[in-house]
Amino acid sequence: MEMVKTVVRVGIADMNIVREPDTIRTSGLGSCVGVVLYDERRKVAGMVHVMLPDSSLGKGDSINVAKFADTGIYSLMEQLKAEGVRPLSLKAKIAGGSQMFQFGSSDTVRIGPRNVEAVKNELARLSIPLMAEDTGGSNGRTIEFDPASSILQVRTVNAGTNGI
Amino acid sequence: MKTELNISDMHLDVLKEIGNIGAAHAATSLSELLQRKIDMHVPKVALVSFDDMFELAGGSENVVVGIFLRIEGDLSGSMFFVLPIDSANRFIRRLIGDPHFDFLTPESIGEIGVSAMQELGNILSGSYLSALSDFTGLKIFPTVPSLSVDMVGAIVSFGLIEVSHYSDEVIVIDTKIIEEDGNDKSVDGHFFLLPDPPSYITIFKSLGVM
Repeated sequence: MEMVKTVVRVGIADMNIVREPDTIRTSGLGSCVGVVLYDERRKVAGMVHVMLPDSSLGKGDSINVAKFADTGIYSLMEQLKAEGVRPLSLKAKIAGGSQMFQFGSSDTVRIGPRNVEAVKNELARLSIPLMAEDTGGSNGRTIEFDPASSILQVRTVNAGTNGI
Repeated sequence: MKTELNISDMHLDVLKEIGNIGAAHAATSLSELLQRKIDMHVPKVALVSFDDMFELAGGSENVVVGIFLRIEGDLSGSMFFVLPIDSANRFIRRLIGDPHFDFLTPESIGEIGVSAMQELGNILSGSYLSALSDFTGLKIFPTVPSLSVDMVGAIVSFGLIEVSHYSDEVIVIDTKIIEEDGNDKSVDGHFFLLPDPPSYITIFKSLGVM
């Protein structure tokens, strides 16, 4: 029997988990960073669409953990652990963090590069190796990860689709 | 700072009125500039999730010409002028008299076309915001507009960064732009005003509804 592939969608400031043969996708990343944590052998992956670098920036009453680099990546790792994945077998791929416009208020200036830096710091803190990245620049990205091949497809408006 | 604010239907109606006044002024400016009848109205003022906000503009992967500017002064917020590529091309070709100008082929994006588009954003936001300023008595200063041709999600999320510090939802004042030229060539353009959450209170206070 042939297996039906589903594309699991991740919205902005959102996260989800996927198993082979399904794939996981988030679209229209600008200054946000898409972080994929995956287990190559078990063919399981999680994706979080990070919007802000640090949960201490939150000024609201409640915190959406998926919105921030620090809480989002940690929480995704915990979800993968609950699925039976060992943290030591996790690897990461990331894309996004561009500077769409050259101005903004103090908090939005360089928000893309700051998101990328925060994501890398958090991955290092959790000892998750970063295997590939497509970050920076001034263009949007749509990404889709296939846990079967561990390839992250990155689509941009001007450069088409590339696998990393 | 927390924003302890319950947005009621009455508040949204007030914002809709603000949007309609701004849109009427902006439509007049655009009609004069393009010498075409342009109609603008506010179909929606709502508190929506970020993903729903992208859906309003055609879905996060939809490629558009986006003009972004920040509002500063008594109010702060983000403003976007989002046009489908073919509509933006039609506007700019008409404005600069170059029938081959195309936002989708980067090599053909001449400086003149880009400047014209930014100027269009300037004029539209200027007339919209001066109407808003007259109505509320608040001092409002727009920054110089910046242009990007890219996916809606990538463009608009940049303007949601400020809001995202407070909330996972945003009040969007969505103005639809319609070109009336007899051939039923309606332009599915949008003009989004996204006040930063602390500014909601400023707006409502200025209008005596808080």
